[in-house]
Amino acid sequence: MSFFVNVALGLLFGVGLVISGMADPAKVLNFLDVFGTWDPSLALVMGGAVFVAFIGYRLVLTRDKPIIGGSFYLPTTSDIDARVIAGPAIFGIGWGLGGFCPGPALTALGLGASGTLAFVPAMILGMWGARLLAESRAQVRAV
Amino acid sequence: MTEFTPFASLVGGMMIGLSAVLLMLWEGRIAGISGIAGRLLPPYRDSAFLSRFGFIVGLVAAPLAIAVTTGEAIQQSVPSSIPLIMAAGLLVGFGSVWGNGCTSGHGVCGLSRLSTRSFVATAVFMATAFVTVFLVRHVIGG
Repeated sequence: MSFFVNVALGLLFGVGLVISGMADPAKVLNFLDVFGTWDPSLALVMGGAVFVAFIGYRLVLTRDKPIIGGSFYLPTTSDIDARVIAGPAIFGIGWGLGGFCPGPALTALGLGASGTLAFVPAMILGMWGARLLAESRAQVRAV
Repeated sequence: MTEFTPFASLVGGMMIGLSAVLLMLWEGRIAGISGIAGRLLPPYRDSAFLSRFGFIVGLVAAPLAIAVTTGEAIQQSVPSSIPLIMAAGLLVGFGSVWGNGCTSGHGVCGLSRLSTRSFVATAVFMATAFVTVFLVRHVIGG
Protein backbone atom coordinates (compact mmCIF):
# COMPACT_ATOMS: atom_id res chain seq x y z
CA MET A 1 0.00 0.00 0.00
CA SER A 2 2.68 2.45 1.05
CA PHE A 3 4.57 1.54 -2.10
CA PHE A 4 1.68 2.65 -4.31
CA VAL A 5 1.06 5.86 -2.36
CA ASN A 6 4.75 6.65 -2.82
CA VAL A 7 4.55 5.93 -6.55
CA ALA A 8 1.67 8.43 -6.78
CA LEU A 9 3.57 11.06 -4.76
CA GLY A 10 6.75 10.52 -6.80
CA LEU A 11 4.64 10.91 -9.94
CA LEU A 12 3.17 14.20 -8.67
CA PHE A 13 6.66 15.44 -7.80
CA GLY A 14 8.04 14.38 -11.18
CA VAL A 15 5.17 15.88 -13.18
CA GLY A 16 5.77 19.10 -11.22
CA LEU A 17 9.45 18.98 -12.18
CA VAL A 18 8.64 18.53 -15.88
CA ILE A 19 5.87 21.18 -16.02
CA SER A 20 7.99 23.70 -14.12
CA GLY A 21 10.96 23.30 -16.47
CA MET A 22 13.34 21.93 -13.81
CA ALA A 23 13.89 18.74 -15.84
CA ASP A 24 15.45 20.81 -18.64
CA PRO A 25 19.11 21.56 -17.80
CA ALA A 26 19.14 24.41 -20.34
CA LYS A 27 16.51 26.20 -18.27
CA VAL A 28 18.36 25.55 -15.02
CA LEU A 29 21.67 26.79 -16.43
CA ASN A 30 19.97 29.92 -17.79
CA PHE A 31 18.46 30.55 -14.36
CA LEU A 32 21.97 30.38 -12.93
CA ASP A 33 23.34 32.70 -15.65
CA VAL A 34 22.27 36.05 -14.20
CA PHE A 35 24.81 37.99 -16.29
CA GLY A 36 23.92 36.22 -19.54
CA THR A 37 20.76 34.60 -20.91
CA TRP A 38 18.94 34.84 -17.57
CA ASP A 39 15.64 32.96 -17.27
CA PRO A 40 14.08 33.72 -13.85
CA SER A 41 11.46 30.92 -14.15
CA LEU A 42 13.03 28.67 -11.54
CA ALA A 43 12.67 31.28 -8.83
CA LEU A 44 8.92 30.71 -9.25
CA VAL A 45 9.35 26.94 -9.00
CA MET A 46 11.10 27.35 -5.67
CA GLY A 47 8.65 30.06 -4.59
CA GLY A 48 5.58 27.95 -5.45
CA ALA A 49 6.97 24.83 -3.79
CA VAL A 50 8.03 26.63 -0.60
CA PHE A 51 4.71 28.52 -0.42
CA VAL A 52 2.67 25.30 -0.53
CA ALA A 53 5.04 23.36 1.75
CA PHE A 54 5.28 26.21 4.29
CA ILE A 55 1.51 26.24 4.78
CA GLY A 56 1.01 22.50 4.29
CA TYR A 57 3.69 21.45 6.80
CA ARG A 58 2.12 23.71 9.41
CA LEU A 59 -1.25 22.05 8.92
CA VAL A 60 0.17 18.50 8.82
CA LEU A 61 2.42 18.97 11.85
CA THR A 62 -0.52 19.88 14.06
CA ARG A 63 -1.27 16.13 13.97
CA ASP A 64 0.29 13.82 16.56
CA LYS A 65 1.60 11.47 13.91
CA PRO A 66 1.44 10.73 10.19
CA ILE A 67 -1.21 8.45 8.69
CA ILE A 68 1.09 5.45 8.78
CA GLY A 69 4.12 5.08 11.02
CA GLY A 70 4.53 6.15 14.61
CA SER A 71 5.99 9.62 14.29
CA PHE A 72 7.26 12.39 12.05
CA TYR A 73 10.88 11.91 11.01
CA LEU A 74 12.13 15.47 11.12
CA PRO A 75 15.82 16.29 10.94
CA THR A 76 17.04 17.08 14.46
CA THR A 77 20.58 18.25 13.69
CA SER A 78 20.87 22.01 13.75
CA ASP A 79 24.67 22.48 13.89
CA ILE A 80 26.31 24.40 11.10
CA ASP A 81 29.21 21.98 10.71
CA ALA A 82 31.79 21.46 7.98
CA ARG A 83 29.59 18.92 6.18
CA VAL A 84 26.67 21.29 5.68
CA ILE A 85 29.05 23.77 4.04
CA ALA A 86 31.29 21.39 2.06
CA GLY A 87 28.48 19.15 0.78
CA PRO A 88 26.33 21.94 -0.69
CA ALA A 89 29.44 23.69 -2.05
CA ILE A 90 30.41 20.54 -4.00
CA PHE A 91 26.80 19.89 -5.03
CA GLY A 92 26.44 23.46 -6.33
CA ILE A 93 29.53 23.14 -8.55
CA GLY A 94 28.12 19.96 -10.10
CA TRP A 95 24.69 21.59 -10.50
CA GLY A 96 26.29 24.55 -12.28
CA LEU A 97 28.28 22.26 -14.59
CA GLY A 98 25.47 19.90 -15.57
CA GLY A 99 22.23 21.77 -14.89
CA PHE A 100 20.83 18.71 -13.11
CA CYS A 101 20.10 18.22 -9.42
CA PRO A 102 19.09 14.73 -8.19
CA GLY A 103 15.28 14.85 -8.69
CA PRO A 104 15.22 16.28 -12.22
CA ALA A 105 18.05 13.96 -13.29
CA LEU A 106 16.00 10.90 -12.27
CA THR A 107 12.85 12.27 -13.87
CA ALA A 108 14.76 13.05 -17.08
CA LEU A 109 15.95 9.42 -17.35
CA GLY A 110 12.84 8.47 -19.31
CA LEU A 111 13.57 11.16 -21.92
CA GLY A 112 16.70 9.18 -22.72
CA ALA A 113 19.19 11.98 -23.55
CA SER A 114 22.74 10.59 -23.66
CA GLY A 115 23.90 13.26 -21.19
CA THR A 116 21.28 12.10 -18.67
CA LEU A 117 22.23 8.46 -19.14
CA ALA A 118 25.84 9.37 -18.29
CA PHE A 119 24.91 11.74 -15.44
CA VAL A 120 22.67 9.42 -13.40
CA PRO A 121 25.09 6.47 -12.89
CA ALA A 122 27.86 8.94 -11.96
CA MET A 123 25.48 10.64 -9.51
CA ILE A 124 24.53 7.31 -7.91
CA LEU A 125 28.20 6.43 -7.56
CA GLY A 126 28.85 9.80 -5.90
CA MET A 127 25.92 9.28 -3.52
CA TRP A 128 27.14 5.86 -2.55
CA GLY A 129 30.67 7.16 -2.01
CA ALA A 130 29.39 9.87 0.33
CA ARG A 131 27.29 7.38 2.29
CA LEU A 132 30.15 4.89 2.68
CA LEU A 133 32.55 7.67 3.71
CA ALA A 134 30.05 8.98 6.27
CA GLU A 135 29.49 5.47 7.64
CA SER A 136 33.21 4.75 7.97
CA ARG A 137 33.80 8.06 9.74
CA ALA A 138 30.93 7.33 12.14
CA GLN A 139 32.47 3.96 12.95
CA VAL A 140 35.89 5.48 13.61
CA ARG A 141 34.26 7.95 15.98
CA ALA A 142 32.37 5.17 17.77
CA VAL A 143 35.61 3.25 18.42
CA MET B 1 17.84 31.33 -24.64
CA THR B 2 14.95 29.66 -22.88
CA GLU B 3 11.53 31.24 -22.61
CA PHE B 4 10.40 32.75 -19.28
CA THR B 5 7.53 30.50 -18.13
CA PRO B 6 6.16 32.08 -14.93
CA PHE B 7 2.78 30.31 -14.90
CA ALA B 8 3.98 26.78 -15.71
CA SER B 9 6.90 27.13 -13.31
CA LEU B 10 4.69 28.35 -10.47
CA VAL B 11 2.15 25.55 -11.01
CA GLY B 12 4.90 22.92 -11.32
CA GLY B 13 6.54 24.25 -8.16
CA MET B 14 3.25 24.05 -6.27
CA MET B 15 2.86 20.40 -7.33
CA ILE B 16 6.34 19.70 -5.94
CA GLY B 17 5.38 21.41 -2.68
CA LEU B 18 2.11 19.47 -2.52
CA SER B 19 3.95 16.18 -3.00
CA ALA B 20 6.27 17.09 -0.11
CA VAL B 21 3.33 17.95 2.16
CA LEU B 22 1.46 14.73 1.32
CA LEU B 23 4.58 12.61 1.95
CA MET B 24 4.85 14.23 5.41
CA LEU B 25 1.14 13.57 6.02
CA TRP B 26 1.33 9.98 4.80
CA GLU B 27 4.46 8.68 6.49
CA GLY B 28 6.14 11.61 8.16
CA ARG B 29 9.15 11.88 5.89
CA ILE B 30 10.97 14.74 4.19
CA ALA B 31 10.71 14.71 0.37
CA GLY B 32 14.43 15.09 -0.21
CA ILE B 33 15.43 13.30 -3.38
CA SER B 34 19.10 12.87 -2.48
CA GLY B 35 18.05 11.35 0.86
CA ILE B 36 15.47 9.06 -0.73
CA ALA B 37 17.76 7.93 -3.58
CA GLY B 38 20.92 7.73 -1.43
CA ARG B 39 19.24 5.42 1.08
CA LEU B 40 18.25 2.98 -1.66
CA LEU B 41 21.92 1.97 -1.60
CA PRO B 42 23.33 -0.26 1.14
CA PRO B 43 23.91 -0.27 4.10
CA TYR B 44 20.24 -0.17 5.15
CA ARG B 45 19.38 1.50 8.46
CA ASP B 46 15.59 1.24 8.46
CA SER B 47 12.75 -0.59 6.76
CA ALA B 48 11.49 2.14 4.43
CA PHE B 49 13.17 0.72 1.32
CA LEU B 50 9.95 -0.12 -0.50
CA SER B 51 8.43 3.33 0.14
CA ARG B 52 11.56 5.05 -1.16
CA PHE B 53 11.72 2.76 -4.16
CA GLY B 54 8.07 3.58 -4.94
CA PHE B 55 8.73 7.32 -4.83
CA ILE B 56 11.64 6.97 -7.27
CA VAL B 57 9.54 4.76 -9.58
CA GLY B 58 6.92 7.53 -9.69
CA LEU B 59 9.57 10.17 -10.29
CA VAL B 60 11.07 8.25 -13.21
CA ALA B 61 7.63 7.43 -14.66
CA ALA B 62 6.49 11.09 -14.68
CA PRO B 63 7.59 12.05 -18.22
CA LEU B 64 6.06 8.85 -19.58
CA ALA B 65 2.78 9.67 -17.85
CA ILE B 66 2.85 13.16 -19.37
CA ALA B 67 3.64 11.79 -22.83
CA VAL B 68 0.78 9.28 -22.62
CA THR B 69 -1.82 11.75 -21.31
CA THR B 70 -0.96 14.85 -23.36
CA GLY B 71 0.95 13.42 -26.31
CA GLU B 72 3.17 16.50 -26.20
CA ALA B 73 6.93 16.31 -26.65
CA ILE B 74 8.88 17.46 -23.60
CA GLN B 75 11.46 20.14 -24.40
CA GLN B 76 14.89 19.43 -23.05
CA SER B 77 18.53 20.18 -23.80
CA VAL B 78 21.18 18.30 -21.82
CA PRO B 79 24.90 19.21 -21.98
CA SER B 80 26.42 16.85 -24.53
CA SER B 81 29.99 16.53 -23.23
CA ILE B 82 30.02 13.10 -21.58
CA PRO B 83 33.16 13.64 -19.41
CA LEU B 84 31.78 16.97 -18.17
CA ILE B 85 28.34 15.60 -17.39
CA MET B 86 29.82 12.57 -15.60
CA ALA B 87 32.00 14.85 -13.46
CA ALA B 88 28.90 16.93 -12.74
CA GLY B 89 27.01 13.78 -11.72
CA LEU B 90 29.73 12.66 -9.33
CA LEU B 91 29.85 16.11 -7.68
CA VAL B 92 26.04 16.34 -7.43
CA GLY B 93 25.72 12.85 -5.97
CA PHE B 94 28.58 13.15 -3.50
CA GLY B 95 27.85 16.72 -2.43
CA SER B 96 24.10 16.29 -1.95
CA VAL B 97 24.46 13.20 0.24
CA TRP B 98 27.50 14.58 2.12
CA GLY B 99 25.55 17.77 2.88
CA ASN B 100 22.39 15.80 3.80
CA GLY B 101 20.22 17.37 1.14
CA CYS B 102 19.80 18.97 -2.25
CA THR B 103 17.40 21.40 -3.89
CA SER B 104 14.40 19.47 -2.55
CA GLY B 105 15.50 18.43 0.96
CA HIS B 106 17.30 21.62 1.96
CA GLY B 107 15.74 23.94 -0.60
CA VAL B 108 12.02 23.15 -0.60
CA CYS B 109 11.50 21.18 2.62
CA GLY B 110 14.18 22.83 4.77
CA LEU B 111 13.26 26.40 3.88
CA SER B 112 9.58 25.61 4.50
CA ARG B 113 10.49 24.34 7.97
CA LEU B 114 12.58 27.50 8.55
CA SER B 115 15.64 25.33 9.28
CA THR B 116 18.76 27.47 9.75
CA ARG B 117 20.90 24.57 8.56
CA SER B 118 18.92 24.38 5.32
CA PHE B 119 19.08 28.15 4.80
CA VAL B 120 22.88 27.94 5.04
CA ALA B 121 23.05 24.87 2.77
CA THR B 122 20.76 26.48 0.16
CA ALA B 123 22.73 29.73 0.18
CA VAL B 124 25.99 27.79 -0.28
CA PHE B 125 24.84 25.62 -3.22
CA MET B 126 23.13 28.55 -4.94
CA ALA B 127 26.33 30.58 -4.57
CA THR B 128 28.69 27.90 -5.92
CA ALA B 129 26.26 27.11 -8.76
CA PHE B 130 26.02 30.79 -9.80
CA VAL B 131 29.82 31.15 -9.65
CA THR B 132 30.36 27.92 -11.63
CA VAL B 133 28.01 29.02 -14.43
CA PHE B 134 29.61 32.48 -14.45
CA LEU B 135 33.10 30.98 -14.78
CA VAL B 136 32.09 28.44 -17.43
CA ARG B 137 30.07 30.85 -19.59
CA HIS B 138 31.77 34.22 -19.11
CA VAL B 139 35.35 33.60 -18.04
CA ILE B 140 36.39 30.31 -19.67
CA GLY B 141 33.81 30.29 -22.46
CA GLY B 142 33.59 34.07 -22.96
